Amino acid sequence: MAISTNPYLSVYRTLAPGLPGQHLPWLQNFRNTALEQFSAHGFPSPREEDWRYTNVSAIEKKLFSPKADAHFSAVDKTWLQSQLLADAWIAVLVNGHFCPELSNLDDLPAGTVISSMADALASAEASTIEQHLGLAVKNSEHNFIAFNSAWFSDGVYIRVPAKQVLSKPIQMVHVVTEADAMATTRSMVIIEDQAQAQVAELFYGTNPDNAYLTAAVTEVFLGANAELTSCKLQTESEKAYHFGGIYIRQARDARLTQHNFALGGLLARTDLQVDMGQGAECELNGLYLGVKRQHIDNHTRINHLHPYATSRQLYKGVLDGRARGVFQGRVVVAEQAQKTDSDMNNRNLLLSEDAEIDTKPQLEIYADDVKCGHGLTVGQLDEKSVFYLQSRGVDEETARNMLTFAFANEMVDKVGINNLHGLVLAQVLARFPQQGVDQDWL
Amino acid sequence: MLSIKNLHVSVGDKPILKGINLEIMPGEIHAIMGPNGSGKSTLSHILSGKAGYEVTEGSITYQGKNLLELPPEIRAREGIFLAFQYPVEIPGVSNIYLLKAALNSIRKHHGQPEVDAMDFLTLVKHKVKLLDMDEKFLYRAVNEGFSGGEKKRNEILQMAILEPALCILDETDSGLDIDALKIVSQGVNSLRSPERSFVMVTHYQRLLDYIKPDMVHVLAHGQIVKSGGPELALELEEKGYSWLENQVAA
Repeated sequence: MAISTNPYLSVYRTLAPGLPGQHLPWLQNFRNTALEQFSAHGFPSPREEDWRYTNVSAIEKKLFSPKADAHFSAVDKTWLQSQLLADAWIAVLVNGHFCPELSNLDDLPAGTVISSMADALASAEASTIEQHLGLAVKNSEHNFIAFNSAWFSDGVYIRVPAKQVLSKPIQMVHVVTEADAMATTRSMVIIEDQAQAQVAELFYGTNPDNAYLTAAVTEVFLGANAELTSCKLQTESEKAYHFGGIYIRQARDARLTQHNFALGGLLARTDLQVDMGQGAECELNGLYLGVKRQHIDNHTRINHLHPYATSRQLYKGVLDGRARGVFQGRVVVAEQAQKTDSDMNNRNLLLSEDAEIDTKPQLEIYADDVKCGHGLTVGQLDEKSVFYLQSRGVDEETARNMLTFAFANEMVDKVGINNLHGLVLAQVLARFPQQGVDQDWL
Repeated sequence: MLSIKNLHVSVGDKPILKGINLEIMPGEIHAIMGPNGSGKSTLSHILSGKAGYEVTEGSITYQGKNLLELPPEIRAREGIFLAFQYPVEIPGVSNIYLLKAALNSIRKHHGQPEVDAMDFLTLVKHKVKLLDMDEKFLYRAVNEGFSGGEKKRNEILQMAILEPALCILDETDSGLDIDALKIVSQGVNSLRSPERSFVMVTHYQRLLDYIKPDMVHVLAHGQIVKSGGPELALELEEKGYSWLENQVAA
């Protein structure tokens, strides 16, 4: 092991004996290898191409620490209830630990498993986890992955057996209540052949003044002809650091719709990676809102590895104040992935002089019979539209707010899961850069 | 109603309108005709308060107020309505919401309470029928994906609901086929009243077969070169604009 002064390493020594899966040699091995990799270089540095625009050195300096006591009681139940879908299976993680009292996983159909990652590792599911852990994303991807592999304290494990069509959504809720906490979770979603599910993953901080670190990695496996609607909503506290990665493998003909709302955090980064099988379809929708000095980074990567797959991508950003947004979208079409149909778009609205966006759509095409497009816009509101609304009696400020909200709301409207749409809309309104935005407008 | 005196307007350093004089009384319809580039659209824009123009001389008085001092939304609330030559698409904002917001902004300006939701719907549905539109249009985003004719009808629908005192139609007939032109004209004619005035900017005489003006003005090189009754439009149809343009040059 390389010698490193990374302060997290000494924390790890005290933490390690309490991490789940102590009885599993393969997992110990997996964690040790990850730790070695993390020790060598620490957190990703801006010298790495994928981290050029996002400097995470503050995380290393701050030294967030995992909470051995999960502080379940710190969660205000009335508040939590307001964030839950009315009819769903609920898995709540507090400060990186699954909380059974706040969760509701009753009446699961036969063969469907939803549990904490710790419980799953202690059950017969362990061998399935062994086969899948680190398969959708390697520790070598970057050191947040290695960090997560070594440190994860819990997570959610979901397995939907072949042909099972779930009647209601699954909602994973990550809550951090403590200052300086580190919530490191590893989750796994396995939707077997021809099964269908809807999974929402929500991130909250309960105290706006708390600085903390969320480092969540979710690996998703979609079987042949399986279907998943996935939604991530990140509305962390204003001072929080967030790294969230979702890595998805789609077998042939699998269909994925993914919504990604990045609203919170001082520094937030989301990685989304999709490996597509033959004839698979994926739709990635994203919205990021930045105010004050927020830094919001979204990385997407779609790997077209086999023929006849279709991918659609639309990411929109609204940035105000001194906020900085980053969008790096990469679509790779392998040599054998003929008849690929791919389209990627990134649209940005800058509301202030000091707001900034670094956007980099990339296409890498090695096949010769494909249809691939990408588009990119960075701009201000269309003055013709502002005048049109004014000419109908709407004052200028309201007209501008209306147009900005309409721009963002296109992404909210794509959320098809009934109650989830309302939940997302409420958060988008609460985090909207402008005051006085009214949902009745649309 | 409206009094324009010696109006000079420039865009940047370029003078567009060079001394326009126009008096419009309540209940009158004035047609403004003229070739491309004569300043017709600039006149509509300046009346509705669009940015980007500089008034270098002259005045516009509307119902006794100095119009040039008012921002566009106040003009709208005071009863000025511009039917756009190219109506703007507003993705994400529904047509019915804009109609309601517009109507309520005008009512609020005049110290009236917000319109009752049921009364509003009844009113809107009645006007939709009048313009032979599909009710589905109400729930679509403003002008998004509308055909040219549908956009123009939507403008007249807004006008019919807001019941302005001064309607400015900026080439509303351009791009309309004969059936759509008849429907739009019918909509406009149904709004005629002794209190309501119209400024119709048009390139084509045909509109005046369906909406009969009180006065016709010919605009060329930023000036009104000839004014007359409806018969002037017919003369223009026959002779074109060049004989009048030459008059200015002379």
